[in-house]
Amino acid sequence: MSIYTEIILDHYQNPRNFGRIPNPSFHSQASNPLCGDRLELDIVVEEQKIKDIKFQGVGCAISIASASLVTETLKNKDLLYLKKIDKNFIIKLLNIDLGVNRLKCALLILEAIKKLLV
Amino acid sequence: MLNNLKNDFPIFKNYPDLVYLDSTAMSLKPKVVLEKLVEYYSRYSANIYRGVYKISEKATEEYEKTRQVVADFINAEKNEVVFTRNTTESINLVAYSLGRKIIDEGDEIVTTVMEHHSNFVPWQILALETGAIFKIIDIKDDGSLNLNFQSGNLDLDEVITKKTKILALTYTSNVLGTINPLKEIIEKAKKINPKIIIVVDAAQSAPHLKIDVKDLRGDFVAFSSHKMLGPTGVGVLWGRKELLEEMYPFLYGGEMISEVYLEKTIFKNPPHKFEAGTPSIGEVIAFKEAIKYLKSTGIDKIRQHEKELTLYCLKILKDEFGEKIKIFGPKNIEARAGIIAFTFDNFHPHDIASILDDQSIAVRAGHHCAMPLHNRLKVNATVRASFYIYNNESDVEKLVLGLKKVEKTLT
Ligand SMILES: Cc1ncc(COP(=O)(O)O)c(C=O)c1O
Repeated sequence: MSIYTEIILDHYQNPRNFGRIPNPSFHSQASNPLCGDRLELDIVVEEQKIKDIKFQGVGCAISIASASLVTETLKNKDLLYLKKIDKNFIIKLLNIDLGVNRLKCALLILEAIKKLLV
Repeated sequence: MLNNLKNDFPIFKNYPDLVYLDSTAMSLKPKVVLEKLVEYYSRYSANIYRGVYKISEKATEEYEKTRQVVADFINAEKNEVVFTRNTTESINLVAYSLGRKIIDEGDEIVTTVMEHHSNFVPWQILALETGAIFKIIDIKDDGSLNLNFQSGNLDLDEVITKKTKILALTYTSNVLGTINPLKEIIEKAKKINPKIIIVVDAAQSAPHLKIDVKDLRGDFVAFSSHKMLGPTGVGVLWGRKELLEEMYPFLYGGEMISEVYLEKTIFKNPPHKFEAGTPSIGEVIAFKEAIKYLKSTGIDKIRQHEKELTLYCLKILKDEFGEKIKIFGPKNIEARAGIIAFTFDNFHPHDIASILDDQSIAVRAGHHCAMPLHNRLKVNATVRASFYIYNNESDVEKLVLGLKKVEKTLT
C-alpha cells in the first residue's frame, strides 16, 4: 500500500497550522541535513495549555503531513500532553507503513517537539 | 542495443515487475556468479593458503585465479592486484599506507568537488592530520571539471605544482555521470611533477568502460566488485609494484606475514602484504565469473548500449516534462556515463523515489554520498536513475510513466 494516502496528501497540500507566531512562548527547530528538510515550531502557552501552535518549513510530503497532523492533535491540549508524543504515537497517527528510511521524515516534527521545552 | 539480458539475472524471475535503475549504487548479479558462490560454499569452502588438504588447495587456486582475471581485465600484473572489501577501503589503504608516509606539512593534496565521499574524506582528513594543503578542483556549469583548456590543450599549472604529492580523482562521477579526460589529466600532471601520485576512483568506470592501467599511467586504481555484477565484500586496489613495495602494510595480522618473532615481523610481498586476515574468499572466487560475463558481453557493447539508453532517456524526459525536469551533468554523450541525476518541479526527491517505488521502480534519492557536489550544485538532494546491461527501453518508458504518476499524486 502506498504511503501517499488521501489524508497524507491532503495535509501535505494544505498543511494545518502552517506559519509562524510572532511572540511565541516557546520556539524550536529541527533539520535533517541529509535531505535538507527543516521545520520550525512555535507555541503559545497560557495557564499550562497549548493555546496556539504553528510550524513552518520545507520538506517532503511525509515530513510536512506529519507536522500538520501532529500539531492538529496538540492544539488546546495540556502542556503535559507534549510528553505523550513519541515515535509510536506518530506512527499510529499517520497510519501508513513507513520503512526505516522514510520514518526519519515523519519524525522530524518529534525532534522539534522534544527541543521545545529544553 | 544489447539483447535482453534480464533472463540471466534471477532477481527478475523472483520480481518480474522490477524496474531497476540504481546500478550506480549496486549492480544486480547474473546466475553464473550466484552459481559460483554456491559452488565454493558447497564444494570447497575451506580457508586459503593454510591447508595442505585438497579443498583448501582448490579454494586457494580459485582465489588466485580471480587475481589473474582481474589483472587481465585492466591490463595489469597479477601481483599488483590487491583484494580489499570495497573501493572505500582501497582508497583508505592508499591514504594510510602511502599518504601517511609521504605527506608533510605544506605539501598539497588535490581532489575535485565531484568526488564520492570515499575519495574525498580520506584525503581531507589526511591533510588535516598532516598540515597539508587540501586543494579542490571545481566544476563548470556543464558538469565537467573546471580545468584550463588553452586552444584545446589542457593546462594544469594552476592546480598542480611541484608540491602536489597526491592527485585523487574520479574517472566517472556517480552523480553527474561526467567521464573525466583522465589520460590527458594524468599525462599533464606528471609533466608538471613527475613524482606526483595519482589515485583513480574507478568505481563507476570499471563496470562500464575499458580500463587499461598501463595506458592510463596512474599510480593507483580502485573499484568494487558489487558494482560490476560481482558479489559484495570485494574491492580491488591496483597499484604500481614499486609503490606497493615501499608502502606500509595497512592491517597487521595473519596471512600478511612471512615470519613472526618475539621482537620483529617480516611481511609478505605485495599483494599479500595488504591482505591481512581471512578475506571474502567465496566472493572473490565468484567475482571472476562477473568479469568473464562482462568480457563475453563486450565492454564496448555495454558502453554503446548505455549510451543509447541514456540518450533515449534524456530525450523523452525533455519531451515529456520540458523545463520541469532539471538534469545535471554533461550534454555530450561521449563525456557522460549512463547516470542521470535530476530534480523534478519542486517535488521532494524522497517523495519522487517513494512514489516510483510504489510502481516497482528503484531509483536513488538523496546526495548520493557527494555532499560537496550537491552544495556546489545548490540542491539538497537529487533523484538519480542509472543504467546497466540488463536495462532496456521499456525501463526508460516506465520511468517516464512513473514520473507522470508522481506529478499526478503530488499536485
Ligand atoms: C564514484 C564512487 N566512488 C566510490 C564509491 C564507493 O564504493 P564502495 O561503497 O563500494 O566502497 C562509489 C559507490 O557508490 C562511487 O560511486
